[in-house]
Amino acid sequence: MQTLLSKYTPVTESEVKIWFKAGPIHAFPDNAGACVKYQDKQIAVFHFTAQGRWYACQNLCPHRMEMVLSRGLIGDEKGEPKVACPMHKRTFSLLTGENLNGDCGTIAVYPVKVSDGEVYIGFS
Amino acid sequence: MGNDKLGVFVYRTIEDLEQITQYGMKLAAKGVATPAAVLGGGLLGLEAAKAVRDLGLETHVVEFAPRLMPRQLDERAADLLREAIQGIGVQVHLSKNTRLIAGQERMSHLEFVDGSSLPAEMLVISAGILPRDELASLGGLEVGPRGGVVVDEYMRSSDPNVYAIGEVALYQGMVLALVAPGYEMAEVAVGNILGKDNSMSPVVDLSTSLKLIGIDVASFGDVFGTQAPQRAIVFEDKLKGIYKRLNVSEDGKKLLGGILVGEASDYNQLLQIYKNGITLPPEPEALIVKLAGGESAFGSVLDLPDAAVICSCESVSKGQICAAVSEAGCETLKAITKCTKAISGCGGCKPMVDDLLKGALKAMGKTVKETVCEHFPHSRQELFDIVKVKNYTRFETVIAEHGTGYGCEVCKPVLASIFASIHAETAVAQSGIQDTNDRFLANIQRNGTYSVVPRIPGGEITPEKLIAIGEVAQKYALYTKITGGQRIDLFGARLDDLPFIWEELIAAGFESGHAYGKALRTVKSCVGSTWCRFGMLDSVSFAIEVEERYKGIRAPHKIKGGVSGCIRECAEARGKDFGIIATEEGWNLYVCGNGGANPKHAVLLAEKIDSQTCLRYLDRFLMFYIKTAGPLVRTAPWLEKMEGGINYLREVIVNDSLGIGAELDVDMANLINNYQCEWKEAVENPAIRARFKHFVNSEETDENIEFVSLREQKMPRAW
Ligand code: FES
Repeated sequence: MQTLLSKYTPVTESEVKIWFKAGPIHAFPDNAGACVKYQDKQIAVFHFTAQGRWYACQNLCPHRMEMVLSRGLIGDEKGEPKVACPMHKRTFSLLTGENLNGDCGTIAVYPVKVSDGEVYIGFS
Repeated sequence: MGNDKLGVFVYRTIEDLEQITQYGMKLAAKGVATPAAVLGGGLLGLEAAKAVRDLGLETHVVEFAPRLMPRQLDERAADLLREAIQGIGVQVHLSKNTRLIAGQERMSHLEFVDGSSLPAEMLVISAGILPRDELASLGGLEVGPRGGVVVDEYMRSSDPNVYAIGEVALYQGMVLALVAPGYEMAEVAVGNILGKDNSMSPVVDLSTSLKLIGIDVASFGDVFGTQAPQRAIVFEDKLKGIYKRLNVSEDGKKLLGGILVGEASDYNQLLQIYKNGITLPPEPEALIVKLAGGESAFGSVLDLPDAAVICSCESVSKGQICAAVSEAGCETLKAITKCTKAISGCGGCKPMVDDLLKGALKAMGKTVKETVCEHFPHSRQELFDIVKVKNYTRFETVIAEHGTGYGCEVCKPVLASIFASIHAETAVAQSGIQDTNDRFLANIQRNGTYSVVPRIPGGEITPEKLIAIGEVAQKYALYTKITGGQRIDLFGARLDDLPFIWEELIAAGFESGHAYGKALRTVKSCVGSTWCRFGMLDSVSFAIEVEERYKGIRAPHKIKGGVSGCIRECAEARGKDFGIIATEEGWNLYVCGNGGANPKHAVLLAEKIDSQTCLRYLDRFLMFYIKTAGPLVRTAPWLEKMEGGINYLREVIVNDSLGIGAELDVDMANLINNYQCEWKEAVENPAIRARFKHFVNSEETDENIEFVSLREQKMPRAW
């Protein structure tokens, strides 16, 4: 289990070495999430269409080690964008990866950029 | 006396219980109705009788006194309790003085002083508590003739340096086996050890409230009305098995004691009135007889004095709770529990604490509005009205116009449900605001796979369809199980397999069962008059009609229904949100029941009605619930909170007292007429179908899903 978790380490914009092309904008649902495969990683990518923002985090929920976060509902808590795990509704900040309603630990978040209609996720 | 024979047990330690269970199960395994007796018709005896009955034995209670629970109940109450107990198949024998436990090696029957006898192959003796005072006697402390360490009003034994409390203590010649005096004894003993001078109150509080064999039994204060001149107010309903007695002071102003049998939900409030010496309302009978209109006669907890103990487990007073709100800034029940420990024991005080919280917040000028979440300053009902009046169709518009922020996992599904109820919209239309289950039209399970439940209206299914389900399950390697709602659940489906599974089920004539939605689930039926020799009406046909009528309809929470063909009630319809039961003269319609963690029987809305009337009431009832209930509130708690309760609901539904009947009819007809199977919608629309992939950028499936085998099928690897 730990090995599964250890695959995911947060990446900040300045650390990005590779911008991985995940797919065209229209491949992603509006105001919701989808899962991207990058090597042996599963990355959840969220399109906050109404706000014109994109966020990415590990698809793995640290609570029960389920690959499900991309299927969670998104929204905000006091302005901070978040995703709620569909299993038991643990919520995670999409800015910091922090668990906002429990002590599940922090998930890895990744930078996202969009250019020429394509969505890219940053890895180090 | 013969109590050394096989089959005779006392009822004191865990080991006793284990032996009783073992022996009883052996007797029960013989298959014939084996008689067993319990000696003692007090609290413990009746508990034991229930246990013996649950073992499957023909159970008899033998009591020396002329009535059951002689210490807690008066004659009429005891009589009612006896009838109720006999009603569930436990025989009661009163005024029986046992002379002999007869038999050879094993006991075979009891012989009584009056010459009569009772066959019994097992006997559980439960005649009072035997204090474990061995240590005290060894140490030379004074013990009573029938055991118990003799204590004074300071809880001191005959040696002033040794204290005794609880069931080992003999106080005023009695062993008190109740928790309330236990608490008081503890306080007194500790006080004295610490050098304070407190003593037991002159009258020991023997108030209790419990469920005996499923029957509410409570008594408090001066039960028999012997301690002071007083008058009794008595209410008895033999049909419903309810008896209530209040002992009131001669001037009618104070409550001195009382008894409740069959229905004791007001016990806590009555106890507060008694304990705090609160002046009774001018017509105290209103405290035990619910008046038409259902207004509570209790006034509010806010009127209690500050010293009133609200949570007796943790002895927290009203003043402490209010201070937690006004001074410590608690705004939720959780915060109050954290701060004062109230509600953390038996939880019986929760409704009162809730009222106090609301009252105290209000007194501080804070409005306690039940808003959906931080994004909307509105309740669900207000949002419902806003969407309806403005005819909104998109979440984004509603939040832009009436809310703040981006929304969240609470308000999005609430609005999804509201759109569904107003525009007959399926979950496919705005999938981004649906909970996972609704978004993918299946139930997410451990390991992130889904379960699939096709609709099987009324639980009726042809062999061909059964085979079709079996074939799909085989092909996609699904674990299959029969559900409690008379249908078949297929577990372990991968996200990307879902459309293919549905496609095959649809081809075999199935539709979505909406097992994933806050929606109508099933209408369970018994076999009914077509086959059953007891059946009064055709329950299966009606269940199918009802399920087909309301399928796909979304609500604040899931809705379940049931139709039984006679009063034997094999469909368990009264454990559902709506239950329809056939009688000789038509259907009886019950509403607002549920199973689950907090089971509630549905209550009668209308009786002896024909099918059409039944459907009309159901239309209105469901629509009224859909419009007015809070998010994730099922029908039972919805009714509980409704002012005026079932009488009010009946007025609205049956007599159309609000004049909204026609509107409810139209709204419901709109939902019924615009039903679509959302599985079909999803598989036929390529854009929607494309959502059912694990990765957006790869055709691979999730390699992390693991199964292990289980009784020839499979299950997810454990967490
Ligand atoms: S698995 Fe995510 S909250 Fe439990």
